[in-house]
Parts: sequence; C-alpha cells; structure tokens
Amino acid sequence: MNWVLENLPLIGERTLQHLATAVPPVVISFLLAVPIGWLANRFRRVRGTVLTVCGLLYSIPSLPLFVALPALIGTGLTDPSGVIIALTLYGIALMVRVTADGLSSVDLHVTQAANAVGFSEWSRFWRVDLPLAGPVLLSGIRVVSVSTVSLTTVGAVLGVKSLGLFFTDGIQRNIAAEIFTGIVGTVLIALVLDLLLVLIGRVLMPWLPSVSQHATRTTVRSRVAAA
Amino acid sequence: MIEFRSVTKRFGDGTVAIEDFSLVVPSRRTTVLVGSSGSGKTTLLRMINRMIDPTSGGIEIDGEDTSTLEPVKLRRRIGYVMQNSGLLPHLKVIDNIATVPILNGVKRALAREQALELLDTVGLDRSLAERYPNQLSGGQQQRVGVARGLAADPNILLMDEPFGAVDPIVRDELQRELIRLQRELGKTVVFVTHDIDEAFLLGDQVVILETGGRVAQVGSPSEIMQSPANEFVASFIGTERGKRALSIRRTARGRVLVDGAGRTAGVLVDEPATTGHDVDSAANSGADSVAQVTVAQDLGADATTGAVLDAAAGPSNEPSGLLAAEPIVR
Repeated sequence: MNWVLENLPLIGERTLQHLATAVPPVVISFLLAVPIGWLANRFRRVRGTVLTVCGLLYSIPSLPLFVALPALIGTGLTDPSGVIIALTLYGIALMVRVTADGLSSVDLHVTQAANAVGFSEWSRFWRVDLPLAGPVLLSGIRVVSVSTVSLTTVGAVLGVKSLGLFFTDGIQRNIAAEIFTGIVGTVLIALVLDLLLVLIGRVLMPWLPSVSQHATRTTVRSRVAAA
Repeated sequence: MIEFRSVTKRFGDGTVAIEDFSLVVPSRRTTVLVGSSGSGKTTLLRMINRMIDPTSGGIEIDGEDTSTLEPVKLRRRIGYVMQNSGLLPHLKVIDNIATVPILNGVKRALAREQALELLDTVGLDRSLAERYPNQLSGGQQQRVGVARGLAADPNILLMDEPFGAVDPIVRDELQRELIRLQRELGKTVVFVTHDIDEAFLLGDQVVILETGGRVAQVGSPSEIMQSPANEFVASFIGTERGKRALSIRRTARGRVLVDGAGRTAGVLVDEPATTGHDVDSAANSGADSVAQVTVAQDLGADATTGAVLDAAAGPSNEPSGLLAAEPIVR
C-alpha cells in the first residue's frame, strides 16, 4: 500500500498514457468499421471476402505487430502510434463483422416501411438502419473497448508507456504492489470505459427498455426458478 | 386518377405475378383490390409508388407516366399504410408521423405541430405523442400508421391490408374510422385486402382478382353482389352460403332474416333507413349487432331474390346479403 501512496503521481501519469493509447483505437476502428461493414452488407458478393479478410487481421500476433509497425511507419519502438495503429486493426477485425451483422439484423418490415414512405438510401442508413443496428454495434464496441484496454499493456514489453509498465517493472524489481496496481488499474479502466459506453448507449437509444434492469430481472428470476 | 395500362410483372425466378392488368382507379374514391394470396394484389399496390416496377406496361397518375418520376420523390407524395403499422420503432409517435414532412424539408417544429393535429384527426389522444410505438396497442399503432400516411397531405393513400393483424373488434372500429376520414378528406384510396366483407364495406369500387392479377370483376359492391360475373366471383363473395345467403323466417316479433348457418342476421322492416340521422342513431344505439335489414325492392309473392340492405350502409345503400330464392317460412 505504501508503494501506491508513494507513487500516486506516477500512477496518474501511466493511467493517462494508457487511456491516450487505448481510446483512439476504439473510436477510430468504430468509425472505419461502420462504412466497411455497410459495404459488406450492401454488396452481398463481397460480404464473405471482406468479413474474412478483416477477421484474419485479428489472427496476427500482437507483439510482432507492435514491433513491425513502427518500422513500417518510421516511428520509434517506444512511440505509442505503432500500438495505436495495431490496436485499431484489431478493433476493425472485431467491429466490421459486428457492423455487417447489426445492419442485416434490422427488421425487414421496418426497412421496407421506410422505403415505402420515401426514405432515400442515404437517409435510411442514417435515420433508420444505423440507429436500429445500435444495440448490436454497442455490444461490439464494448468488446473492442475491453480487449483494447487489455492489449495496450502488451506494449510495455517494448517500453511503450501504459499501466503495463507496472507489470514489467514490478516483476523485474519484485514489487508485488506494483504488479497488483498495474492489474487493478487496467481492470478499472476497462470497467469505467464500459460503463461510459453503456451510458452513451442509453442516451443515444432512449427507445430501448433499460438493458441492465431487464438483465437483472431475468437473472433474479432464473435464480428463483433454480432454487 | 390512377391508370394501369396492360401491366405485366415477371419476377427474376420466372413467376408471373401480374399478367396484362388494366384498371382505372377514380380520384377521391376508395378502390379495393381483393383476392386470395397469389392474386398479386400487393404487387399491384406497390407498383403505384414504384416499390416494384412493372416488366411491361405502365402506370399513370393524373396522366403522368410514373416511370418518368423519381421513385423516392413519388413515394413522398403518396401515403402508405401497411399491416403491423410499419412504424419506426426508434422514433416517438410524433416523430413517426412527422417523418415524411421532415424528409420533404418541412421545419421540424412545424412538422411536429402538424403531427399533433393529425393525432386528433385519427382519433388519438395527444398524450400519446411522446410514446414509442411498442408502448401502444395494435389498434393505436394502426391509427398512427394512418396519421403518418396522411402527414404529407397526399392525394393518394395506399393501404396494404392495414387492418389485417388487429382483433375483430378493433378492426371494426378502424374500418368505421376510415369511412369517416374518407368522407371528410376525399383521398384517392387504394386498399388491398383478402377479406371480401372489408372490401364491400370500404370500397366504392371493388376489384376482385384471380391468380396472376386477372380481373374477375370490377364494380360497386351492389353491382358485384347483385350480378356476380361468374362462378368464381359468386363463390368468392359467398352469395350461396354463409352470412350472405339470407332467408326469411316468421317469428312472433315479425319477419326476421336468417343466414346460411341458421343464425338470425336481422329483422325485416319495410322502410329503408337511408337518412344520415337514422344511420347514426342505429350505430349509436348498438343496433348494428343485430343488423337492421330492409328489403331493397318490394317483396311480392314471387320477388324473393332482392338484395338486402343494411341500415349502417349509409346513403349508398350497399347490400349486406342476398335473399335466397326459397325462404324458409315457419
């Protein structure tokens, strides 16, 4: 505990560095995945190819990618931009399929109704398809967010600054509190970002019944049923 | 006026949905396309606003060939009401109604103000404006659907089995409401249904379709009921059986009419109730549950096949059934 109190400023700094590396990939991969997912959904012939290629991105091991990217874009090994790009690629890998699935999950009756009353394809995408794919997109971006926050720590092996440095440093210097701080901090960041995404979802999709309430009720009910 | 000119529709897989279909849909009247599934009635409806384009032939709206019009713009000036309301689940009732005006560039505040007025028009309380569609009953959703269809004040209203998915009591209510609205607004309504009773109730012009969009008969409900063009029409409208085959039975109270199943369909009275006042009072008193029935022509000893009129039919005197040739007199 002493270690934590003595290093509060450092913990704050590492937390901010962690966020600065983890948040941009979540946002950028979402913004890029939506048009790609739309294309895959709109043009059925390319759907399989696009989804497979994007999905394969995720199979690239993270450490080699973190090493290779700085060389490709000409930045230093410890510069966060290599990690940011790599994590964006992973985000795209997850998000494109989710977007395509989300868009195709929109009720056919609703899209037909929208066509019948005179939505153009463009306005229908923005005002009907995208909002109605919202719940699926939200669950996708929540997975991306958690996975990105945790993958960010891998960069510490190369010296990219994040809460991950507390693991590497803590192991080398054999300080349990430091390792523990790294783990708890990473989990907390993941939790806070997830909570934030859920709140954003509530605000943007007010027509949905409160998800957590529903989930709680079902769990309680199933527990009662089990008992 | 909407005119179908030798319209044919073949789908990609080779099935012919519509073959050489021609029809004139008069303005400011209700035309009902009625037929069983596979008759192509919905395909015909969707060709009017170019949701489906004909393979050959053409459709004119007030003399204008629709194939020369931009589909999206065309749809925005034609109201469309469908089964299961087709409301956008993520928009509040008021925004659903205001959808088309906003697409047309009307200012949001003005469109919402007009949407509130439309709630009055379709008989819904303004307090429902801020709800989402899934918070309404099926009947309320259909009313919102009608309000949305009317929002851009279109001349033409297309209705694709709009009351098909609601329970009979609500359907009855919605049908009456549509008749009232149509009396006030005088739109050119094209209504699709598989329910012949609904067709006769709502239609000024009824088009009975066979498979492939072949027209079996076009006419007013009276014309069709009094002289079915062929066996298909006769059996489709059920003049020989069921509730449209009526016969006279004498009871202590007087002469009553019974249908094919032996149920009493109404009481035979001598004077047709044709004034609006009588119609209203009959409807208000709930007398329509046992229909007030009058005989259209003087029932002499041998004139036993006259059409039977229903008091609720209003000034047009649409028949509600046919009197069977051999009344059961007991």
